[in-house]
Amino acid sequence: MGSLKFFKRFKVNSPTTLFDKIWESHCVYQEDESPAILFIDLHLVHEVTSPQAFNGLREKGLEVRSPDRTLATMDHSTPTVDLEKTSVDKSSQLQLERMEANCLEFGVPLYNLDHPGRGIVHVIGPEIGLTQPGMTIVCGDSHTSTHGAFGALAFGIGTSEVEHVLATQSLLQERPKTMLVEFTGELPSGVTSKDLILALIKEIGIGGGVGFVIEYDGDSVRSLNMDERMTLCNMSIEAGARAGLISPDQITFDYLKGRPFAPKGKDWIRSLSQWQSLRSDQGAKFDKRIQIDIGNLSPMITFGTNPEMGAAIDSTIPDPAEESNPVRQASLSKALEYMDLIPGEPLIGQKIDVVFLGSCTNGRMSDLRSAASLLKDQKIAPGLKMLVVPGSESVKRQAEQEGLNKIFLDAGAEWRYSGCSMCLAMNGDQLSPGQYAVSTSNRNFEGRQGVGGRTFLASPLTAAASALAGKIADPRDFIN
Amino acid sequence: MQKFHIIKSKMIPLLQNDIDTDQIIPARYLKVTDKNGLADGLFAGWRYNASGDEKPEFPLNQTIYEGAEILLTGDNFGCGSSREHAPWALVQWGIRTIISTSFADIFRNNALKNGLLTLEVSIPDHEQLMEAIDNKPLIEATIDLPNQTLSLPKGFKTEFMIDAFSKKCLKEGIDPLGYLLDNADLVNSFEQDQKMAGIYRVTTSSDYYANDSNLSNR
Repeated sequence: MGSLKFFKRFKVNSPTTLFDKIWESHCVYQEDESPAILFIDLHLVHEVTSPQAFNGLREKGLEVRSPDRTLATMDHSTPTVDLEKTSVDKSSQLQLERMEANCLEFGVPLYNLDHPGRGIVHVIGPEIGLTQPGMTIVCGDSHTSTHGAFGALAFGIGTSEVEHVLATQSLLQERPKTMLVEFTGELPSGVTSKDLILALIKEIGIGGGVGFVIEYDGDSVRSLNMDERMTLCNMSIEAGARAGLISPDQITFDYLKGRPFAPKGKDWIRSLSQWQSLRSDQGAKFDKRIQIDIGNLSPMITFGTNPEMGAAIDSTIPDPAEESNPVRQASLSKALEYMDLIPGEPLIGQKIDVVFLGSCTNGRMSDLRSAASLLKDQKIAPGLKMLVVPGSESVKRQAEQEGLNKIFLDAGAEWRYSGCSMCLAMNGDQLSPGQYAVSTSNRNFEGRQGVGGRTFLASPLTAAASALAGKIADPRDFIN
Repeated sequence: MQKFHIIKSKMIPLLQNDIDTDQIIPARYLKVTDKNGLADGLFAGWRYNASGDEKPEFPLNQTIYEGAEILLTGDNFGCGSSREHAPWALVQWGIRTIISTSFADIFRNNALKNGLLTLEVSIPDHEQLMEAIDNKPLIEATIDLPNQTLSLPKGFKTEFMIDAFSKKCLKEGIDPLGYLLDNADLVNSFEQDQKMAGIYRVTTSSDYYANDSNLSNR
């Protein structure tokens, strides 16, 4: 009976999207004039957006409903120099201690500073196989969209909602609209999935995805490995879309098979047959469709103070005078003033002080390997600081096994413990006022990487090329 | 949470598009474990100069806007990070409504759970409001939540949309958690169905790392 009742949820007559399938199969109940109650399969938790939620539970005398659907880690406020709490400031120490106390009190599994599984929340979920196709996954972090690369509906929530999920394993949600983004064509040399997503955000704008879940498809997406797909989904939020989705395929299944939390034996076979149906049907209706041919795409880099302000690396800094929309003109002028950049100058050759390789966007093995491929037996420019921060302790160990740490260190870069680090500069890793950085992270907002710091967002390849040149450089000039 | 009914207030203009949550409250103010004291970090990067003093030209620092409860901003307000510290800081500073042509999804969700109304207006209405402030900086707007109207003293009046559920939460000053708790049985039976259907369930509590062999990653 139970089984029949459950599968009724999937029964539909007209072609549906991948999003629709996951939504329908997780919608517990919806009253008229109310949002839907959505069941949450997996809840990831970190130290910055959870303490007030645990306080809320305590005040109301509530428990965590499903500790075994919840996993906590520490990533935002954590030290990367050494693992002593004292190497971050007092308030960060307190935040980390509070996380330990909350998890202990409420029985939530925690990968703390000493745990070999610790890392950036969006890196560890996939690498241990917790993130699986068809799931609903939430976390008090906007980059939860990352997990959509596995065909899971994953989105960021606020702390009130963290409390809701802790208490009820469910969430009230308005149904979003759907957008299909198809990338077609072969990825040119030196161009990566980071460049695809920066090109898309430039195209549709930082508010272009508001109200939508974006599904990515097309032959270019199918050729990407899981790390690259995660980069794509990760930055969906930078276009305003809370979630990005890629339907699972053999690449997804091969990635998952054998991971610690992935189904085993009969469970694997049964799961696989369910996962294989997780794709948008032929003729499914999307509220919006976009097609981008990437055959002629150049590596992308941002020049302004939000991720939409990007350009091909071999182009010039745009001139606000040429912008016809007065509001956009004002934003662009303000951004260039903050960045202290001169319109009309080429992007290549702009000076930089720091290179940051890491984050939930580009802190995985593929990212480190791709940067290391340019840095091998080379030296970064004198006077430049380069921080390499693996996305997780597991990535760190793997990179060390492959000798990547040695390549980075020999090149003159710093090799750190894992964490969010300079992506949002909460843990002491930060730019000084006025400094320029090429960063593989996701946001170039004013002051994001430190008060007065200036960020150029780019791929790991572009970051590595720029580190060698000591200024913004085109990775295609370094690939032989 | 303060109940929201009708408010009448001056509008603080912060007319920029895409104001992100890193501007609303920078990450360095997020190292807290409670909700107290966040108003100090509100728009910190724009509000203070390098030595930490308030910049007199920044609207929130101007005495004419003291006690104002409405912020008039550009498109896509609240984009970026999911930090609920952003609406907490705004509310603690005294803001109860933000008027814009559009809001980022997570910010809007967070705001509405904290008694902060995200009031979306059309572009022509937005232009009229800007013009009204230009002519008369201290003009007071009236926001009537029960009737879903926004009006100015001399004739301007517009209706705004808000979903019935959020409206109820704002009016009663409640968080939707109660609604979810009331429906806990439905969630329980849903989970039971999922189990019966043979959907594989992850169990985060199994500590695979306890066994050293799992330390070697592929």
